Amino acid sequence: MKEYQTITEISGPLVYAEVDEAIGYDEIVEIETAQGETLRGQVLESSEDVVAIQVFEGTSGIDRDASVRFLGETMKMPVTEDLLGRVLDGSGRPIDDGPEIVPEERQDIVGAAINPYSREYPEEFIETGVSAIDGMNTLVRGQKLPIFSSSGQPHSELAMQIARQASVPEEEEGGDDEEGSEFAVIFGAMGITQEEANEFMEDFERTGALERSVVFMNLADDPAVERTVTPRMVLTTAEYLAFEKDYHVLVILTDMTNYCEALREIGAAREEVPGRRGYPGYMYTDLAQLYERAGRIKGRDGSVTQIPILTMPGDDDTHPIPDLTGYITEGQIYVDPDLNSQGLQPPINVLPSLSRLMDDGIGEGLTREDHADVKDQMFAAYAEGEDLRDLVNIVGREALSELDNKYLDFADAFESEFIDQGFEQNRDIEETLSIGWDLLSMLPKDALNRIDEEFIEEYYREDDSEREVVEAAD
Amino acid sequence: MSKADTTDAATDSGVIQSVSGPVVTARDLDARMNDVVYVGDEGLMGEVIEIEGDLTTVQVYEETSGVGPGEPVENTGEPLSVDLGPGMLDAIYDGVQRPLDVLEGKMGSPYLDRGVDAPGIDLEEEWEFEPEVAEGDVVEPGDVVGVVEETVTIDHKVMVPPDYEGGEVVAVESGSFDVTETVVELDNGEEVSMHQEWPVREARPANDKKTPRTPLVSGQRILDGLFPIAKGGTAAIPGPFGSGKTVTQHQLAKYADADIIVYVGCGERGNEMTEVIEDFPELEDPANGNPLMARTSLIANTSNMPVAARESCIYTGITIAEYYRDMGYDVALMADSTSRWAEAMREISSRLEEMPGEEGYPAYLAARLAQFYERAGYFENINGTEGSVSAIGAVSPPGGDFSEPVTQNTLRIVKTFWALDADLAERRHFPSINWNESYSLYKDQLDPWFEDEVADDWAERRQWAVDVLDEETELQEIVQLVGKDALPDDQQLTLEVARYLREAYLQQNAFHPVDTFCPPEKTYLMLTTIQTFNDEAFDALDAGVPIEEIIDIESAPRINRIGVQEDYEEYVEDLKAEITEELRSLY
Repeated sequence: MKEYQTITEISGPLVYAEVDEAIGYDEIVEIETAQGETLRGQVLESSEDVVAIQVFEGTSGIDRDASVRFLGETMKMPVTEDLLGRVLDGSGRPIDDGPEIVPEERQDIVGAAINPYSREYPEEFIETGVSAIDGMNTLVRGQKLPIFSSSGQPHSELAMQIARQASVPEEEEGGDDEEGSEFAVIFGAMGITQEEANEFMEDFERTGALERSVVFMNLADDPAVERTVTPRMVLTTAEYLAFEKDYHVLVILTDMTNYCEALREIGAAREEVPGRRGYPGYMYTDLAQLYERAGRIKGRDGSVTQIPILTMPGDDDTHPIPDLTGYITEGQIYVDPDLNSQGLQPPINVLPSLSRLMDDGIGEGLTREDHADVKDQMFAAYAEGEDLRDLVNIVGREALSELDNKYLDFADAFESEFIDQGFEQNRDIEETLSIGWDLLSMLPKDALNRIDEEFIEEYYREDDSEREVVEAAD
Repeated sequence: MSKADTTDAATDSGVIQSVSGPVVTARDLDARMNDVVYVGDEGLMGEVIEIEGDLTTVQVYEETSGVGPGEPVENTGEPLSVDLGPGMLDAIYDGVQRPLDVLEGKMGSPYLDRGVDAPGIDLEEEWEFEPEVAEGDVVEPGDVVGVVEETVTIDHKVMVPPDYEGGEVVAVESGSFDVTETVVELDNGEEVSMHQEWPVREARPANDKKTPRTPLVSGQRILDGLFPIAKGGTAAIPGPFGSGKTVTQHQLAKYADADIIVYVGCGERGNEMTEVIEDFPELEDPANGNPLMARTSLIANTSNMPVAARESCIYTGITIAEYYRDMGYDVALMADSTSRWAEAMREISSRLEEMPGEEGYPAYLAARLAQFYERAGYFENINGTEGSVSAIGAVSPPGGDFSEPVTQNTLRIVKTFWALDADLAERRHFPSINWNESYSLYKDQLDPWFEDEVADDWAERRQWAVDVLDEETELQEIVQLVGKDALPDDQQLTLEVARYLREAYLQQNAFHPVDTFCPPEKTYLMLTTIQTFNDEAFDALDAGVPIEEIIDIESAPRINRIGVQEDYEEYVEDLKAEITEELRSLY
């Protein structure tokens, strides 16, 4: 392996060096500074005599005498089942004082695209225990469903609640997988503060969730360039556990906004032509290469499900980060500052939220036969109630018809009973749907135009005494 | 004719000079623009996009990690072409027409590896060729020389390639052949096989482009009823994420009455393509009950597949569509989404450091979009048959803002505009096509067809519905201020009628087994039922019946259930009678 002391230019996170051999695009580079520190980087552009290197740890401390070594291979992640229970830094090195990790395999972190022909369509329900998700925007195995939040919102609490509670309902018939696949959580933190990181870790340890988890921590003061590697490390580990070790892997990535900022920073340092708001024009492709690594593969038992979290700058979902994300992911869950200030836990606004894979993941044999109808009707009724709230502000309740008043009551009850379950309560799907019927029974039968008559017959509660008491949470 | 043919092998290959993502420059490569080249030791497929001195710039259709300077680049001397022949239906391709099922087998892995190539059609599979010409017949380019049963639905017509001269037939074969074998021989030595190649960036020739006068019936009420598209027409479906672009495209692919569907998934989600692959073989073609895949060709270039192949997938799709058009078929091409295609152009353009136009898109964006949509149309083919290509492109405007360049440049070309609306989607009004913003410029030329085939007063009824919906929009503004009860009775009644139009007629449940497909007759009957309610209700109001009693009649809400009725004729008949009776009994 040749060593060069030929650095010609250092600019931001980039180092340019002259070479006299062919260097592969994306290859890994080690740079040793005069102080004996070793930094790692990656080839961004390779031509016959000059290569551009992006340095993960940042370029401080590098001078023109630093030596550059090309390792002749692209970036790899050492993977093994023993990673479960471990805490790693943003580049995949252990930081939990545990034993050294002996990898079973070293896998390329860039990950090739899954052949669409080899995919299996996701249609198995994941129970998160959160009514707003299970009932209204169901998550299925192999889906990518981001949480759209903004600064100061409790998206971390929601993410932890999902990580804690998520389970795959017992396989009926018990046929296919002999042992039933296990659940694993891989948590990738990008640019979060030490304080947030501590909260996550405390929660992991308190609830014992760490055992079934792998944690990657790139903190706010870690180099930005490392952030572009962290999610790839996370997903490589996830794919390994899912498709070679049969785990159902739930990947939580927080915060994608920091990841995109890092992309922009590198783009600017390379003097690229910027796209919208200064983000690189290839950001869609780049994000897709992460998000599309969710899924299921024919003939493999495991699955990779992703819940990326992003804080929308200015709570604006037309900002390029949420916008491009929304076009790639299969839906989104909105955390709403207004609902949060009303004290709802979790403050999920179901109206703009959406799970694209829901319709195939619910219904008879999956959740319950009336699930789709109940969901549609609740969406329609809540939307109606929301509209009427604006009107009430102007004309007052008295001016509204009896039915309209019922819609208003429905909207209030929907928020207080269905959504506001608290971050600690775990509801199964039966309970979620049962609360749904309690609420729908506030409306007259013939207003339930989206529900099959058969289900109305079976589930509609004729009088109050039939209703179950649901305020156990309070 | 090309230099590549005459020069020796040494100049057919060059050496990589630099690599930056999908853009590679090579030295000493003798190539023409748009030639296909194989890059590096692994032989990654690429296309020449710029020539400057002895430097040639290549966009590579595969991931370039690990490729370095010094590796060879080989020129094929051919532009990017597709293989045309039997076997394209019931197939799934990537953006450069490599069959994904074959790749899976060849790579032995669920991941897409690099440097593996496969022809677009199986060169070894044998097909039963039935000749339609005899020795002594004179054939011209485009003429059909025989037929192959490609799938249960489609007879594949074997044609003389358009770039042949034609002549007298001197030999004809009949029986089982693979696509490379000659089946017809001409007196000038030209040999016709079941296989043709065609460069994707070039439109296949046709005699004439005609005004389309037949609708592409989609089975979607709001489309057929209010904003129809013609066979050979163009349409754009723009909308923010979550507004139902893909579901609308899928519905069209499933139920449109085209002979052939070419579905291009351009830079979209992997799981969605999988859904198509899994669903379509099980779904029935509404026209004949055969599996839907028997008339469908899929091109899947998901968002994480190489960006250069995303740029080419649209061309691959439309070339396949044109080939079936040449056989005299009506082809519908869905492109989901043209924005991803435009972004691929932008990405490549920015790597070439071209001067950007609006929002970083290359200045030639409008021209490329226009070229693509112009390849659609209702044509008289060079063999005298008529065929059509309808192009329906989804557009994904950033932030749902229709003023961005891709949407605007598309709207300047297409004649049908189905505007998807996030507000409607949010209240789960699907398909969430906004009836105030959408338009179809084909309406007038298609009305005669609907009047002949469905009902004489098709156009009048539609106008009535549009008027009611327009009036509702105006009234809603007042309601927002003063509440519904402050309106006079007749306006309240109009709101009620409009509500049925919205909830029963415009909404359609794509996931309900019956409602998902609504034939034009049913669309028409549903509208007449609502109009019956309207007419009878206004009569009752004139006779002094209080508005509350009219709105509260028991039969009217059953209008909402017409959509899910299989035997709708009887249901509608009964319902109309009941509404009439009930309303008349009030006075």
